[in-house]
Amino acid sequence: MQISGAQMVIEALIAEEVEVIFGYPGGAIMNVYDAIYQQSSFQHVLTRHEQAAVHAAEGYAKASGKVGVAMITSGPGFTNAITGIADAYMDSVPLVVISGQVPMSLIGTDAFQEIDAVGISRPCTKHNYLVTDAKDLARILKEAFYLARTGRPGPVHVDIPKDVTAQIALFDYSKEVELETYKPTVKGNMRQIKKAVEAIANAKRPLLYLGGGVISSGAAELVREFSKMTQIPAVETFMARGTLHHADPLLISMLGMHGSYAANMAMSETDLVIGLGARFDDRVTGKLSEFAKNAQIIHVDIDPASISKLVNAHFPIVGDVKNVVESMMTLAKDQVDPLRYAPWHNTIANFNKLHPLSYTEEGDRLKPQWVVQRIGQLLGDDANISTDVGQHQMWTAQFYPFSRPRQWNSSGGLGTMGYGFPAAIGVKRADMDRVSINITGDGSILMNIQELMTAVEYNLPVINVILNNNFLGMVRQWQTMFYDKRHSSTDLSIQPDFVKLAESFGGVGYRVTTKEEFDTALKDAVEKNVVALIDVVVARFENVLPMVPAGGSLFNMMLEYKDK
Amino acid sequence: MEQARRVISVIVLNEASVLSRIAGLFSGRGYNIESLTVAPIPDSKYSRITIVTAGSIKVVEQIIKQLHKLIPVLKVYEHADLVEKEMAMVKIPLTESLGDIEALAHAYNGRIVNVGSDTLIVMVADEPMRVGHFLEAIKRFHPKEIVRSGSVAMER
Repeated sequence: MQISGAQMVIEALIAEEVEVIFGYPGGAIMNVYDAIYQQSSFQHVLTRHEQAAVHAAEGYAKASGKVGVAMITSGPGFTNAITGIADAYMDSVPLVVISGQVPMSLIGTDAFQEIDAVGISRPCTKHNYLVTDAKDLARILKEAFYLARTGRPGPVHVDIPKDVTAQIALFDYSKEVELETYKPTVKGNMRQIKKAVEAIANAKRPLLYLGGGVISSGAAELVREFSKMTQIPAVETFMARGTLHHADPLLISMLGMHGSYAANMAMSETDLVIGLGARFDDRVTGKLSEFAKNAQIIHVDIDPASISKLVNAHFPIVGDVKNVVESMMTLAKDQVDPLRYAPWHNTIANFNKLHPLSYTEEGDRLKPQWVVQRIGQLLGDDANISTDVGQHQMWTAQFYPFSRPRQWNSSGGLGTMGYGFPAAIGVKRADMDRVSINITGDGSILMNIQELMTAVEYNLPVINVILNNNFLGMVRQWQTMFYDKRHSSTDLSIQPDFVKLAESFGGVGYRVTTKEEFDTALKDAVEKNVVALIDVVVARFENVLPMVPAGGSLFNMMLEYKDK
Repeated sequence: MEQARRVISVIVLNEASVLSRIAGLFSGRGYNIESLTVAPIPDSKYSRITIVTAGSIKVVEQIIKQLHKLIPVLKVYEHADLVEKEMAMVKIPLTESLGDIEALAHAYNGRIVNVGSDTLIVMVADEPMRVGHFLEAIKRFHPKEIVRSGSVAMER
């Protein structure tokens, strides 16, 4: 059929069964917005900032497992969106981001709201396109969705000049995607898998090292079975929280800079690391030369560039985690003796007993860790949990009782303050039946506070729990520990009235200083079912512990910090 | 860190922006491309890019893995056992001795390719190191302009 470029965008989104997009209009994308106005197949959620549109699409994608879609205009609209795009790239979130561009005839002339968008997005997208002719749009949009969700998922950016959205051309979305140069390896090499299973059968202290790839490949259920069948204990990366149920006896905890003592010690003592969809990030490994020093390493990843990037793998297996673990299970059934690892379980149990994740109550002052645990007790599986970035984020990763994959949603790789609230809006849109909680800090929440309006307008009632310590807490913690307490620009004593702030947008606000008040506020916010800010006054100088100082060895954890 | 000179051939879809995607992997790490040659492969939609770079072996290996990851990249060859050639053209005033120049060029697989009213152009094609030697030797003929190409390479 012969239709306009703008109409093609709509038709492509419909063909991809998109039910919601997040965006913000502007001059160069107006033709497409005009077409959006005239359709009723999908919803458009107007965020109040382009960065928030992309984060909301990320939250939606992570909670639903589908491709998230964001739409923005050229120039400042696009540059605002780039933080979200980079965030999605670092955390392998499948997105299609469509931006308007100035007309072809004006490209390169420093036109109004012109910026070289594909030039900027190139290093932080899986792929990007500048569409120069409407006849290419169907193919490009189809490729964009295909690239975003296959292989190692990621954001794909499509930049469309205004005249291309007005151009009339033939639209045919039925053609299969043909990319000769892109063929991700899904099935693992059987010979390597066999060798890996032999290594597992011969190991004394094997350890599953689970990364975000387990969740994005939909392999969490399978990994739970695999671990149960073989009785191999597991540590999770920050991105993988929720892969195993929090009460699973084989789950040790999160490892890394703020991982538990037991998880980090297990990683240091293991003789065989079974890495699944994890990338040996510097926040996980600590000092590389001391990392899992006594171990051989099996590394399963869909992205060959991740394998042996930082830590040399003895058994590299390129493939989809789900596919590879399926093959491993068939072999392991006969070869691996689950009773073999009993002494190893004892060692780990001792680690757990020695230094469990903990904190100290101090009279009436609310401890941030308590707040996180309390949300877990009150809502547990009924809540999806997003966070911003900082201390509150680490406490949540440590203390929330996660029970399923996709329950947890946070900015891991890029560490984007301001991520949590808009992402939690996207999460809510994907899973309306559950409560969407954003655990945040008094610094982070102000980085996308305008989204109160979006949450009110579209009735996406996110509950923001602000762990308020009047500090940029994580930077303050480093300043305390490593910069001789020079708290440079981290004191946030001057703050808005969060209660009035929430109310002025049409939401509800609470200020909480005791445990009783917190319970009442959370229950009330859940009941009222409108966007909420719960301003929780917590102990000001609480530190995130354990801590492996940057560049230190994983087993050299700071377990307590005594203020000198 | 161990440094090495590396010659990499990349077969890519012949489309806009592919060169900047590749160059970006080098520039983003502060790595210089020493030389670069691009030309379409006859009767196909692909081009061949030959890149010469130098740097730590680990980083170059990482770049090669990332090259594989780029969507328009079909293949990446890291050459170990290869035939590698470069060419150079030099413009020399006609006042110099034609015979001497011809003889020198001949020693480096070259010849005089153009003689104008007051200058001549001599060209050579040889291994990069030998092209370097030639350009050193030709200095005595007071060259007015030197143009040197990047490498092209082929597995033995």
